[in-house]
Amino acid sequence: MKVQIDSKLCQGHGRCYDLAPDLFGEDDEGYATLTALTADGNVPEGREGDTRLAAANCPESAVLVFEEALK
Amino acid sequence: MSSQTVVVVGSSVGGVRAAQALRREGFAGRIVLVGEESAEPYDKPPLSKQYLAGEWALDRLALLTPEATAAADLELRLGVAAVRLDVAASQVVLADGTTLDYDHVVIATGATARPSPWHAGSGVHVIRTLADVDGLRADLAAGGPVVVVGGGVIGAEAAATIRTLGHEVVMVDPLATPLARLVGPEVGRPLEELHRRRGVDTRFGVGVEGIDGSAGNLTVRLTDGAVLSAATVLVGIGAVPNDAWLADSGLLIDNGVVCDRYCRAVDSDRVWAVGDVARWQDPRYPAEVRVEHWTNAVEQGAAVAHNIVHADDLQPYSPLEYVWSDQYDWKLQIVGHAARGGRFEVVGDLSVDPAKGAVLYSDDDGLLTGVVAVNWPKPLVTGRRALNAGAADFEEFVAQMRALFAKVSAPAAP
Repeated sequence: MKVQIDSKLCQGHGRCYDLAPDLFGEDDEGYATLTALTADGNVPEGREGDTRLAAANCPESAVLVFEEALK
Repeated sequence: MSSQTVVVVGSSVGGVRAAQALRREGFAGRIVLVGEESAEPYDKPPLSKQYLAGEWALDRLALLTPEATAAADLELRLGVAAVRLDVAASQVVLADGTTLDYDHVVIATGATARPSPWHAGSGVHVIRTLADVDGLRADLAAGGPVVVVGGGVIGAEAAATIRTLGHEVVMVDPLATPLARLVGPEVGRPLEELHRRRGVDTRFGVGVEGIDGSAGNLTVRLTDGAVLSAATVLVGIGAVPNDAWLADSGLLIDNGVVCDRYCRAVDSDRVWAVGDVARWQDPRYPAEVRVEHWTNAVEQGAAVAHNIVHADDLQPYSPLEYVWSDQYDWKLQIVGHAARGGRFEVVGDLSVDPAKGAVLYSDDDGLLTGVVAVNWPKPLVTGRRALNAGAADFEEFVAQMRALFAKVSAPAAP
């Protein structure tokens, strides 16, 4: 699974980094960022659920999740 | 639970996110999502903004991608309303005469715009669904002045959008300032000033007595004797829960589906409610509450999914209220309680263009109770954490926010 933050869409609701603080972070103003765990765009194995949770809670659909092809 | 079926009634954000959350919680059975509208599930906040403005097409509002629907293995039944709930038979009856048997049912039928009590021939609109906004846009396309009745979130956002589209706009509300149910005048007044600077004629503290005429030629009579001409009128005076279809279900219905602290109907342990239609016993409050905010629908969906899947670990639902509103270049974010009077401190400046700042609220015991942030998310997210942690000292929080503001508003080092 891959993940991105669309910073043009992000309005700083802070849902993603409150719900999954190791996968998402915040900049000085409060807008969302990726973290060391996700900076390369890859979701760590076993953290797909938390990533989907963050995406489902984003009011701006700014957490972009790319599901791998279903096996 | 792999042989079980959960039927989710309602395909707006609460229903869709509850269905997805069931899978996240490990539910392995069948999930059926029933929606009255035939459109693919769409998100409502853009209806009064980007969709009304014509900036976003319908596909930008999608709540589910085909991949997300497949990943959660959801069975969609769209374009058919649920018309009855047979609790004894554990069955949802649909408008086409078919029935769905359930082990659990999640009621997420939302709310509908409170209809205009003023009956003109045509040209009077509400905003709640795609069809509402398509109808409003068709009338706006003919041009002419617009009267917006209601200065709450829907009215004020739509007034900003319609003004930005180039129409003359008058906004009318019997309360003293915009968003008065959410924020006090310390925020409402600068927000009203923003509308006035952008050219909206605001009439707060004034009610509507009647609306006559028809589209293109409407007359709005106000309680102060003023008479306004309008081509189109938008009425945004709140919403009422969509619970009429449950009237003969035997469930306790009273301004929504009355639920226990786990969001489970008080009279059936296999009926749950989520979002605008749910009135549940939040442990913090003496009486059941109903909340019409987007994040509440999402969080309540997750809470209900947890409680359905983990019957041995029921969690009470007690969220921190959060809501936002976008008007012109204001991104307004509200957490906790900000309209209850009491003490407040302003950090930054809401009366300048572009505004940037926050208003912080305290109770009589010197504890933080709420934050309103404008174009500055940091105090909102910091405040939300402090409120969740509980007993946050107000003076300390104010000092912390002043220091943060000094940091982000300082000129960049050469």
